[in-house]
Amino acid sequence: MTGHAPLGQHVDPRDVLATDSLLSDEERLLRDTVRQFVGDRILPEVGEWFDAGTFPAEMAKEFGSLGLLGMHLEGYGCAGTSATAYGLACLELEAGDSGARSFVSVQGSLAMFPIWAFGSEEQKQRWLPGMAAGELIGCFGLTESDSGSDPSSMRTTARRDGDDWVLNGSKMWITNGSIADVAVVWARTDPEGPDGGAVRGFVVPTDTAGFAAPEIHRKVSLRASVTSELVLDDVRLPADAVLPGVSGMRGPLSCLNEARFGISFGAVGAARACYEAALEYSLDRHQFDQPIAGFQLTQRKLVEMMVSVQRGTLVALHLGRMKDAGTLATQQVSFGKMDNVRMALEVAREARSVLGANGITTEYPVIRHMNNLESVYTYEGTNEIHTLILGHAITGIPAFQ
Amino acid sequence: MSVAHTGGACAVCYRAVARDRIPSMNVVVCVKQIPDPADPGSLDPQTKTLKRDGKLILDESDSYGVEMALQLVDTAGGGEVTLVSMAPNNEVSGLRTALAMGAAKAVLVSDDALAGTDALGTAKVLAKAIERAGDADLILAATESSDGYTGTVPEQIAELLNLPSVTFAKEIAIDGSTAKIQRQTEAGYDDVESPLPALVSVTAGVVEPRYPSFKGIMAAKSKPVDEVTLGDLGIDAGSVGWAGGGQEIVEVTAAEEREAGTIVEDDGEGFNKIVDYLAELKVI
Repeated sequence: MTGHAPLGQHVDPRDVLATDSLLSDEERLLRDTVRQFVGDRILPEVGEWFDAGTFPAEMAKEFGSLGLLGMHLEGYGCAGTSATAYGLACLELEAGDSGARSFVSVQGSLAMFPIWAFGSEEQKQRWLPGMAAGELIGCFGLTESDSGSDPSSMRTTARRDGDDWVLNGSKMWITNGSIADVAVVWARTDPEGPDGGAVRGFVVPTDTAGFAAPEIHRKVSLRASVTSELVLDDVRLPADAVLPGVSGMRGPLSCLNEARFGISFGAVGAARACYEAALEYSLDRHQFDQPIAGFQLTQRKLVEMMVSVQRGTLVALHLGRMKDAGTLATQQVSFGKMDNVRMALEVAREARSVLGANGITTEYPVIRHMNNLESVYTYEGTNEIHTLILGHAITGIPAFQ
Repeated sequence: MSVAHTGGACAVCYRAVARDRIPSMNVVVCVKQIPDPADPGSLDPQTKTLKRDGKLILDESDSYGVEMALQLVDTAGGGEVTLVSMAPNNEVSGLRTALAMGAAKAVLVSDDALAGTDALGTAKVLAKAIERAGDADLILAATESSDGYTGTVPEQIAELLNLPSVTFAKEIAIDGSTAKIQRQTEAGYDDVESPLPALVSVTAGVVEPRYPSFKGIMAAKSKPVDEVTLGDLGIDAGSVGWAGGGQEIVEVTAAEEREAGTIVEDDGEGFNKIVDYLAELKVI
């Protein structure tokens, strides 16, 4: 015997490699719960949110009561799941919409994580329980209009004035900025001062005088998500607003690493949704008296999409297991983010072609995912930067400059 | 409150006083774990019953009883929800879902001799499991399962436990040792009162079952599931299963395919045709 199952055995068209068998019962129950939540609460409405260019802030509390916010952090009201479970939740959320997943990534990995990892006990007690419950919304300010892939070139400054800190500058492309109660803002300190010009993180209540967060409109991607500019005009903060546990770019980059890990899973969800939409459509849609799924060109597209989704799932799960084992390297996160988002974008475009003209309306999920993924391709480390990180990893030669 | 009022009148008085001081409500919910309706199920041609050897999930129709039980315990301010279930191969997947929703513990009866058990046999087993679960103020069940649809087990359990039984509850409120129940009818609902303990079947869809929270999911794996056999419950294997079955499935045939509906082409007068059609059905 070769150990093969008999020919003709049924395989699940949505999971041909039976990757489901790689999950524990607990992970499956958690995954199924998020999938059900997305089916009940996001999918019925997300097309309208996308059309209207909004994401309802009320969803935060629903995310919170499920346990999605800061779910892989321990204590302070967080659920304390494994990293793999966090990834699976991201996957299911993004199968709904990248905007929903972005909300959870920003809240958990970019706003809560730095407070949890680098904050004082007082900062953790003050912010984390409310953020885990979705009663307080957080955002993360690193990118600036002239400072994207090279964040250390930031111009936002933090000046010491007595015991106080005074922040000046602006941040750009900030998810949840206009609806946030608290912003984790990264700013460069005075080169002549005690911090020697290092970048430090600040926990900024958004009702602080001098803080404004105008929303960015006219997006055609991530429309079911709030994107803002942060304006810091002499924002005066007490001494204890700084995150005491980190100094330098390691702070913001470690947050991004958390979020990128989730995106490696999330992109697979968007791709899966597109593949499933194309499969279903191609079986229903008849041309020349037969379902278009019966045409060889369409079958090729469907199979390539399916293979891509399955391969991306395996990559993401492998990263999850390594993260839970404590062995995951940042370059490996770059692999997942770079390859899975690129894969998802290709799948979305292919799926759009299967749906023909119907593929360009928000009646179907495909073009929404396709447009969203253009943002995901760029944010949290562009495809190009992750490529260079991997290029550096395999050649030993940095090619960033 | 408790089923076991064993101490005579004074004990009852004492319990009533104690209840005021320490409000508490113990609810047992009968839950069935069924093959996932999303996967195509199949019948065993030999036994003419549904194959149950794969993964089983919590019957959705039981999620309403679990939710109602959790709400009643919350309202009481104390007590706990206990699940009882009968399933092959010590299957716990569906129980874990209900435990993740917030139930405290479960009794699971699993025994090879239970294969082929009919509705009355199931009731015998669940009745013993409910006794094993301990003092219950209220026992909830779905009106019927989503795979078998016999819709008789709850009332059979009530009879075996000598408890009052109320069917088709859409709302339950507890007032002292009385359950005030809105019992759904075709025309609306009846207000019914029953002394506790009682067995109440809950209509599907009357409450919105909560999602298991992640904390609940992680806590569920360490919640106790008391896995028992027929012997543990003192049930004679010959009285259940194929051996003890009082009913036999003689024949299984495919359901008739539904005929296609009538399509009304709207030529501007389509509404008249719809009105005529409804009049023909005597619904208007």
